[in-house]
Amino acid sequence: MDEKKIRVLIAKPGLDGHDRGAKVVARALRDAGMEVIYTGLRQTPEQIVETAIQEDVNVIGLSILSGAHTHLFPKVMELLKENNIEDIVVIGGGVIPEEDISELKKVGVDEIFTSGTDTRDIIKFIKQKVK
Amino acid sequence: MFNKDEIKKVKQLREEWENNALRKTLERFPERKEKFVTGSGKEVARLYTPDNLEEFDYIKDLNFPGEFPYTRGVQPTMYRGRLWTMRQYAGFGTAKESNKRYKYLLKQGQTGLSVAFDLPTQIGYDSDHPMALGEVGKVGVAIDSLKDMEILFDDIPLDKVSTSMTINAPATILLAMYIAVAEKQGVSPDKLKGTIQNDVLKEYIARGTYIFPPAPSMRLITNIFEFCFKEMPQWNTISISGYHIREAGATAVQEVAFTLADGIAYVEAAIKIGLNVDDFAPRLSFFFNAHNDLLEEVAKFRAARRLWARIMKERFGAKNKKSLMLRFHTQTAGCTLTAQQPDNNIIRVTIQALAAVLGGTQSLHTNSRDEALALPAEDSVRIALRTQQVIAYESGVTETIDPLAGSYYVETLTNEIEKQALEYIEKIDKLGGVPRAIEQGFIQQEIQNSAYQYQKEIEEGKRIVVGVNKFQIKEELPKGLLKVDPEVERGQVERLRELKETRDNQKAKASLDALKRAARTEANLMHYILDCVKSYVTLGEICNVLRSVFGEYKESVKL
Repeated sequence: MDEKKIRVLIAKPGLDGHDRGAKVVARALRDAGMEVIYTGLRQTPEQIVETAIQEDVNVIGLSILSGAHTHLFPKVMELLKENNIEDIVVIGGGVIPEEDISELKKVGVDEIFTSGTDTRDIIKFIKQKVK
Repeated sequence: MFNKDEIKKVKQLREEWENNALRKTLERFPERKEKFVTGSGKEVARLYTPDNLEEFDYIKDLNFPGEFPYTRGVQPTMYRGRLWTMRQYAGFGTAKESNKRYKYLLKQGQTGLSVAFDLPTQIGYDSDHPMALGEVGKVGVAIDSLKDMEILFDDIPLDKVSTSMTINAPATILLAMYIAVAEKQGVSPDKLKGTIQNDVLKEYIARGTYIFPPAPSMRLITNIFEFCFKEMPQWNTISISGYHIREAGATAVQEVAFTLADGIAYVEAAIKIGLNVDDFAPRLSFFFNAHNDLLEEVAKFRAARRLWARIMKERFGAKNKKSLMLRFHTQTAGCTLTAQQPDNNIIRVTIQALAAVLGGTQSLHTNSRDEALALPAEDSVRIALRTQQVIAYESGVTETIDPLAGSYYVETLTNEIEKQALEYIEKIDKLGGVPRAIEQGFIQQEIQNSAYQYQKEIEEGKRIVVGVNKFQIKEELPKGLLKVDPEVERGQVERLRELKETRDNQKAKASLDALKRAARTEANLMHYILDCVKSYVTLGEICNVLRSVFGEYKESVKL
């Protein structure tokens, strides 16, 4: 039997247009054998959660470099909770200061990967988390 | 540059050297790597000699500064006459806070302003729009109406400073607001000096702050060309930007190719609506990135200048010398800054800034060391500005013009970059021009491939980033970084509510209706937009009207 592929949604919430990181990570995950859906820019938290449900993903990866993560990441977590979704791993990336990381983890974000991260660390993290 | 006999002799002696001295050394001490490459991955030879420049023609390829094809620079005296404009991109939070930062920078010896707007402003949303939530004042200053713009430039004499505004899709609106503020200071439009970015094509390619589809966007851009030709002769009507294309992962060649291809698209659009090339081309300006590979970057700037001059002359038949000159702003490469050991970024920025100066830039922004972590703090911004001042006043590179000219390596690289960029431009022409190439995802895909390649090289250890994949240390992440107070958003929304209550709403509505009617025709919209902003119609209201007529752009996503 084939092992089921891990399904990942890479999303760009908010108005930020920096998508280099999101696209590089998306490709690295795909090359690592995962099924990757990339949303494109300017997604609302509602759209992201809806897509995640429709696409039945195991992981949501959120990327923001504008500083709006403090508002948008918790909003995504809140919507997941409202929809009784607990089994989706949520990771984030971007320009995110240390003091915000602990706050984001408190609301349920599993891990934050900042500038300089090796994509192999992200792949490893996802494979450990999604069983 | 060399006669045939000389070249022959060099070739012969070179062969001897390779077979004897070099071979012996290589046998005992192999080189560090099998293949040496530039920052963009171009293969670099061990040594460059006159035979690399066999076809080189000094007058045809370089000529004198201020003379076609401007390889050595656009002015006859370059930095001996006047240094570049030191222009730090800044803006955050409210107009009041940003105004304070501008005054601080001017006091520190900065010579021009550069306004950063927040994302809602750049995408045409007022601060109270649902999509603006969490973004107000974050990456730049929030501007909703002329009221904010009046505060932003309070006590800054607009006839004395030159101002660059990083605004694209709503460029007409911010330009109109700037004109209106100047008018209140008693400064007429013809006295205003500065630049609006106004480059929407690269927004579709790399930066993401588009609003409207390409056709109406090109119309707004050419509206500005036409308006400024008549009313603002000192204003740079566009800043055709490779910066963001490079940040998105492009190589040096791709940066030159895609930027100049965008430039070609704008020139074609303006000619199509009946403008004369020599009427608008002198006010076109460019914006490039300065990356880490010092000599490749210098060659890149020189190649871009030469290639643009040739395109304007040969392809568009421009006659005015100013139409042929590629004048550009440079910013050091944000994507090279590391969150690890952030002080190392000061050194990176120094090398990059030096490349820009050796490449003959007209203005320069140097990044602050902490920008991979957060908004730059005041002392970091000061160091960044001091970096430029040290290069300007202490390094000596400004005392003669284009000092790297004639270097076998730099000239060879300049030739190669020009040639390869031209090949890309020809390919884009075959695809039907830039807007079509964007639609097909060609340009985006080329950039993504380069970005992915770059990342893989870092992870495979083929590319060393000091402090990231080599020479790492255990370090505490810095605390106390500059953050935008969430109160900014609330205050901004409150002021917007007040404005809508206190302005003459009848007048506001009338000017908006007039704009809507004009948008449906072929009219130049600048005067209508100017009427709107003077009636304190908000940026969001104007963009909504234009959205209703023009529609919105949808990105074509390809991985």
